[in-house]
Amino acid sequence: MNFPHYKQEVLALTLRWIRRLSREKFSMLFTLIQPMLFWLIFFGSLFQRTADIEVLQAPNYMSFLAGGVVVMTVLNNGLAGGVDLLFDKENGFLERMMSTPIHRTSIILSRYLFVMTITGMQILVILGIAFLFGVHPVTGLLGIAVILVIGMLFGIGLTAISLAMAFSVKSHGDFFSMLGFLSLPMIFLSSALVPLSAMPGWMQALAFLNPMTWVIDAVRPLIITGWEAAIPQVAIALVILAIFDAICLYGGAKAFEKAIG
Amino acid sequence: MNPAIEVKNLGKTYGSVTAIDDLSLTINPGEIFGLLGPNGAGKSTTLRILITVLKPTTGTATVLGHDVVEEPDTVRSLIGYVPQERAIDRFLTGREHLQLLGDLYHLPKAQATQRIQELLKLVDLEEHADRTAKTYSGGMKRKLDIACGLLPNPKIVFLDEPTLGLDVHSRLRIWDHIRQLRKQGITIVMTTNYLEEADQLCDRLAIIDQGKIKVIGTPKELKAGLGGDSLSLTVKESQLDKLDRLSEGVKTLSFVRNIRTIDNGLNIRVESLEKSLPAVLEVANRIECQVDGIEYHRPRLDDVFVSFTGHALKGEYPDPVEE
Repeated sequence: MNFPHYKQEVLALTLRWIRRLSREKFSMLFTLIQPMLFWLIFFGSLFQRTADIEVLQAPNYMSFLAGGVVVMTVLNNGLAGGVDLLFDKENGFLERMMSTPIHRTSIILSRYLFVMTITGMQILVILGIAFLFGVHPVTGLLGIAVILVIGMLFGIGLTAISLAMAFSVKSHGDFFSMLGFLSLPMIFLSSALVPLSAMPGWMQALAFLNPMTWVIDAVRPLIITGWEAAIPQVAIALVILAIFDAICLYGGAKAFEKAIG
Repeated sequence: MNPAIEVKNLGKTYGSVTAIDDLSLTINPGEIFGLLGPNGAGKSTTLRILITVLKPTTGTATVLGHDVVEEPDTVRSLIGYVPQERAIDRFLTGREHLQLLGDLYHLPKAQATQRIQELLKLVDLEEHADRTAKTYSGGMKRKLDIACGLLPNPKIVFLDEPTLGLDVHSRLRIWDHIRQLRKQGITIVMTTNYLEEADQLCDRLAIIDQGKIKVIGTPKELKAGLGGDSLSLTVKESQLDKLDRLSEGVKTLSFVRNIRTIDNGLNIRVESLEKSLPAVLEVANRIECQVDGIEYHRPRLDDVFVSFTGHALKGEYPDPVEE
């Protein structure tokens, strides 16, 4: 591999994603603001007084929810990460790029760079908004850095799922149906909105198997409890994410190989 | 002279579906070569194998001496590709498209800037270069497509249905561009399902149907190969029962090559119109069959298509669609 060439390709492709987003101002605003507006502010404020802090094990519902919203944002961005490539596949732009002498992985890498950058920025904005609502992460800046790392690691696997779907579905209708089918159950069957202990048994069992639960359970103590409670949870999450990412990347690579050859 | 492209026994199957089957052809440097056939005939599959985005199941193909499977990167750096319409990112400007491709072909910045300026001028898009592509008309998008295909200064340009869905004016402009490229010594390989386009533009063409090449030649050779002109006779509905006798009678005439039944009549391929027309009408008179209409024409490419594939190509230009 010729490194200067690879760098030139990846930078140009990443710039294209950024340009696309910046030209869709309305969509950009909506994408960036939706999770905090809908979930953190509306949902958080609605349940602030009805939620039982004994059950939550948190000072209030907003602070409980903040970690969940951070991970939900990672989920949505990751699962939607393949959409642009899906459109490229459908209108022939992907084929045009593939007919040029680029390394096959530079398209994927550029997509990752883009999705991860946007997700990272969004996490910071969400934590900023939560801060305004009185949620102050107890582990400070270092804790926020750890949250970003965990978020990115979860995003890697999710984006791989999305790319695999984009490369293997027949039409974008199928893609969006699958996306809708995946995203909400992942949220409800996790510890994003309520702790596992407050769920009916069958939901608890499903949420236990959801990697998202483990990611949230690592992020949440970083915000509301402190290092002592967080470190073992973070360690478990890292192990689970390593396995999750390995599986997703393998599946993604297979789908890519099959679609592109 | 080494061929620009050499395809030997090429095949591609998807599961149990055969897209192309045992295809062989040679394309010479500097010619405009057309792959003509209906949708789903295997034209695009062939093209996509040649531009290295699809791997063949069987057979080999070389582009300028380089195998498309063994040395895809070399092939990619030598060719330009113009996909079917709309392979355009509507959020990017024309110039940004070309800049992106400049980086994908690893052109140094200064060289890319100069080349982009030349191409924008060539396809007459200078004025619109900094507007996003969603404001472009269908014809402008096509021109941008072509500029993108020419960016790497290729030896061979592949065009997939270059005038699909364009209005008459834009179509003629695109044909001019393609002829200009040939003048510069660039080899052109294009697919089309328009007979007129194949006839007017291509130096040689291959008729492809159901994954197989039916015939290869210059449009002139193919038409001459049919031997003779086409004479179509139609009769009134009340006379339809006499059609068999008419056919029998005409068959005995020495300058008749071939007879085919069409709606309400016969299509007769004849060697000499001067001799055949009176003789055919005489046969009709003798059996008292009233002729309703007579149409005569020199062989056309659609006759060639019918004679090699057994069916007509419905590649009529649609109503122009302006985007």
